[in-house]
Amino acid sequence: MTKTVTDVICPFCGTLCDDLEVVVSDDGKQLLEVYNACVIGTEKFLHSQSKDRVTRPRMHQPDGTWKEISYDEAAEYTAQMLAKAKKPLMFGWSSTNCEAQSVGNEIAEITRACCDNTAATCHGTSLIAIQDIGLPSCTLGEIKNRADRVIFWGCNPAHAHPRHMSRYSIFPRGFFTGKGQMSRKLIVVDPRVTDTAKMADVHLQVEQGKDYELFDALRVAFKGEWLPDFVAGIPKEKIREVADMMKSGRFGIIFFGMGVTQSLGKNHNIDAAIAVTKDLNEYTKFSIMPMRGHYNVTGSGEVFGWQFGFPYAVDLTRGFARYNPGDTSTIDLLVRGEVDAMFTIGSDPGAHFPISAVKQFAHIPSVCIDPHLTPTSGVSKLHVPVAFNGVECGGNCYRMDNVPIDCRKVVEPPEGMLTDEQFLIKVRDRVKQLKGAA
Amino acid sequence: MATINVNLISGRSIQQGVAIEGGKEKPAYRTAAGIIELDPSDFKKLGAWKNTNVRVTSDHGSVVVKAIETTQGPHPGLAFIPMGPWANSIIDPNTYSTGMPTFKGVPVKVDVAINEPILLGIELVQKLCGVK
Repeated sequence: MTKTVTDVICPFCGTLCDDLEVVVSDDGKQLLEVYNACVIGTEKFLHSQSKDRVTRPRMHQPDGTWKEISYDEAAEYTAQMLAKAKKPLMFGWSSTNCEAQSVGNEIAEITRACCDNTAATCHGTSLIAIQDIGLPSCTLGEIKNRADRVIFWGCNPAHAHPRHMSRYSIFPRGFFTGKGQMSRKLIVVDPRVTDTAKMADVHLQVEQGKDYELFDALRVAFKGEWLPDFVAGIPKEKIREVADMMKSGRFGIIFFGMGVTQSLGKNHNIDAAIAVTKDLNEYTKFSIMPMRGHYNVTGSGEVFGWQFGFPYAVDLTRGFARYNPGDTSTIDLLVRGEVDAMFTIGSDPGAHFPISAVKQFAHIPSVCIDPHLTPTSGVSKLHVPVAFNGVECGGNCYRMDNVPIDCRKVVEPPEGMLTDEQFLIKVRDRVKQLKGAA
Repeated sequence: MATINVNLISGRSIQQGVAIEGGKEKPAYRTAAGIIELDPSDFKKLGAWKNTNVRVTSDHGSVVVKAIETTQGPHPGLAFIPMGPWANSIIDPNTYSTGMPTFKGVPVKVDVAINEPILLGIELVQKLCGVK
């Protein structure tokens, strides 16, 4: 016999779909089927069942082989490494729950570590812009029920947030948007004709890296002032058409992604995007929202925020929290060679950092806490596999619109495996002993 | 066969998303992310068949990937490598004091490298870092 668990939360992207159905075996040990999830979410659930999964911590040996060790030995190595280091870096946090993040922050405080989350390579620049000029935002529910102008700027939800459009932004029939897609105008701004752009009413194929110019041109067009014939490769007539389309809506939303945060201009691109939103509120109601990637990167920002006062790039080496992107941010710390111990959890900097930063942490004491085999685990001294968050243990996480949602445990982890939180508690208790803080 | 100069961006693709959840040690990850998507007009300039191995070089490094025709084009002059170790071997690590490397908008040159192998994800990072 099997049983079906309903209303399961998907722990892949920031959309945090909460309508999954998962079929598990009667004893709750095997996960058999996943319904309603996108192809990526389904793969995440099913991969937890793979036969070749690593289930015990492993030390990298000098000859390149791996030696299996116990969780206690792994916790001892991790605690010793963090306690001895002058400037340890604790990076990741975005694919784990808020409870584990909070325990990690305790460890960071005792060991005077630098802490950062994956905003370092996704929406870090958005956070800087938000601190500069604020963020008029809303929840995804409001968008579903009200938005009749939807702009995807530098993001491609058809690939990165596959169910975002069907659950919230384009297709659903909401209270004031009863005709679903028919009641919305979709504008996509992207240098490629992405699969999202192919669905758009208007696609502005902006020249790569010229987003700032186009945002500013829109602000000019709202006021009906003079424009040159082309801005960022877009003819002025098209810009005016889009400006009118935005102004004529009843409720609009700008979603923005890596196209603006990672291109040159960086936080200034987001400044301009938020200024466009502010201008539009003189004509109608408009909101703006970053398309957050990891399912709990928002939660990590929240936990850092309420415990340290800053959402990412926190430096505790002086015994109090400092924040100065460019100085205390992970990539810069690594590239400058300032870090002498690397602790990674719930992310894969080995695959997603520039190689010059990866080279820096490949040769210092390092721990990678991740259920998967990754490039990070491949270059770390210690790999600690843990239970899959959101599949094999529950916990709190935050959706991209800052709505907290509790994840569900749907299946038991393999015998004897710890969760992130359980392993971190072991490390914390040992670090307290080593530092005499107990 | 010629060398072409293009502007490189990296980013998510759904195939890459499935592959990272399916296991980064598997060849499927290389199939999904060890590629460069080129516009048909750039393929003509390069003088290469589709699905040829190419070497992509920037000021920050060099990597061998498979050149495929873009499915999200046309975008002449622009090339796309899905986010992952292949793209990150060549992107610009400069953060301009924002903490964010320049993952999009890196000038690169592309050469045909028909006999050079494309490494697996973990293998590539280990090799570049000098770790077995």
